[in-house]
Amino acid sequence: MGKRAAAIVALSEWAPQRRWDTPMFSMEASAQLAAETLADGEFEKDEIDGLVMSPIPESPMFGPSALAEYLGVQSNFNEVVDLGGATPAGMIWRAAAAIEVGICENVLVLCPSVPAPRRVQSAGAAPRGRARLSAYLGGDSWGSPQGQFEIPYGLVAATPSFAMIASRYCELYGVEPETLAKIAVQQRYNALANPKAINRDKPITIDDVMNSRMIADPLKLLELVMPCFGGSAVLVTSAERAKRAPHRPVFLSGYGEHLTHKSVTYMPDFIDTPIRMAADRAFKMSGASREAIDMASIYDCYTITVLLTIEDAGFCKKGQGGAFIEEHDLRYHGDWPLNTHGGQLGMGQAGLSGGMSHVTEAVLQLQGRADGRQVKKADLAYVNGTGGMMAEQVALILEGA
Amino acid sequence: MTKLARDGRPLPMPNPTTQPFFDAARDRTLKLQRCPRGGVFFYPRNRCPCCLADDWEWENLSGKATVYSFTVDRMGHDSNLADRVPYVVAAVELAEGPRMTTNIVGCAPEDVKVGMPVEVSYEDVDDVTLINFRPV
Repeated sequence: MGKRAAAIVALSEWAPQRRWDTPMFSMEASAQLAAETLADGEFEKDEIDGLVMSPIPESPMFGPSALAEYLGVQSNFNEVVDLGGATPAGMIWRAAAAIEVGICENVLVLCPSVPAPRRVQSAGAAPRGRARLSAYLGGDSWGSPQGQFEIPYGLVAATPSFAMIASRYCELYGVEPETLAKIAVQQRYNALANPKAINRDKPITIDDVMNSRMIADPLKLLELVMPCFGGSAVLVTSAERAKRAPHRPVFLSGYGEHLTHKSVTYMPDFIDTPIRMAADRAFKMSGASREAIDMASIYDCYTITVLLTIEDAGFCKKGQGGAFIEEHDLRYHGDWPLNTHGGQLGMGQAGLSGGMSHVTEAVLQLQGRADGRQVKKADLAYVNGTGGMMAEQVALILEGA
Repeated sequence: MTKLARDGRPLPMPNPTTQPFFDAARDRTLKLQRCPRGGVFFYPRNRCPCCLADDWEWENLSGKATVYSFTVDRMGHDSNLADRVPYVVAAVELAEGPRMTTNIVGCAPEDVKVGMPVEVSYEDVDDVTLINFRPV
């Protein structure tokens, strides 16, 4: 059932790194990712007729034309997506929808996230330094409400916002911190089986999480993602062209997107997230049932994000997320495989590529290419992207051909 | 937009639409717009976010609120505020309906609870007035 107009057939994914020793421009990274993805899917470059990208620093205006020119692509569909961490999932369905309406057939979806080479004669700036985001996330622009009503009170970056969501959730539903910690621990277990994970050699326990430093109550250090550099790309193609690809095509059978706010304060209800609308639409479009899902790939900037997504995507009732976490084994060989790549908590958050890791992992699992962490039966996956302060939400249902 | 205070903390830069809100705060009044259909809304806008109409009127509010949620920032996610840790970042629900972002002052961070009643508390910093809340 559901849509079977477009499929993901190929990908490239770089191992996230805290420090990136070979700086390159965003368009250079895009070219390398494109070449690797085309090779993975045995496509010719000139078959590409669609580009989906995030803004690129080298060309803040006219981004798609800059990238098309750089890659030597003549493209019928050119899209810049700006949905924070939900961007990659949002890119996937936009590509699939464009293919379905027939405006293009083979779309490259690109998420480079690497530091640019050091500017010649530049003083001060250190682009090879640690990956970090400006705390204000652009909210201090002239006229921005955030600059007047949030930033002066310290509601900046992302952690305080998610901490406020967690505070209210835990107050209303009495979830124990150890339950949230279990998410980080079992995802870390999965990361140990992922050679690309930044934490592939560092197992953790519940006690490790509980004893890690309190960052913003109730969130502790090991419940937070680590910003990294990296990059990834996928190739979305028509059902027809997918038949000639070497790997099992992964159809996008359903999708949904929803957003309601920017600053968390104005979220209609802290514990009833826009995920619900996105996921309901995706499941309805797909025709798949929640019970049939073989694996979930859920955006995990924080542990609380995962718990709320499990609830609001409909895998359990509101308020039952804690019990669900306790009842299930979330490891790749468990009864409810979750973030089998380690999630971003285990693999690292390489900018937008971090969000893409939830897509690429589902694709690798459904294609039977997940090696030592392969889920036994992997035909149907739920993928979720969260952007901003639990604001932008995208749900995808992926089905193996 | 923000500017840095003499003590280094970020301050709001009012614009023509939001200036009446900040002027009222300087005069120790919490003032917001009320739309005849959607009620009081926050933050100040040219049109009501309920219906996009512009027949709202400024109204003085009670200054009463409850803590909707909060966190204690232990490390200063804004480096300009790092010397103030630990501080309480909160979303409070005004008696008149809308939520605001604020700091809870006048009590230990450990004493802040979800649902706790609070009231407005003004803090002049340079030429701007910040709107904090404190336990009732």
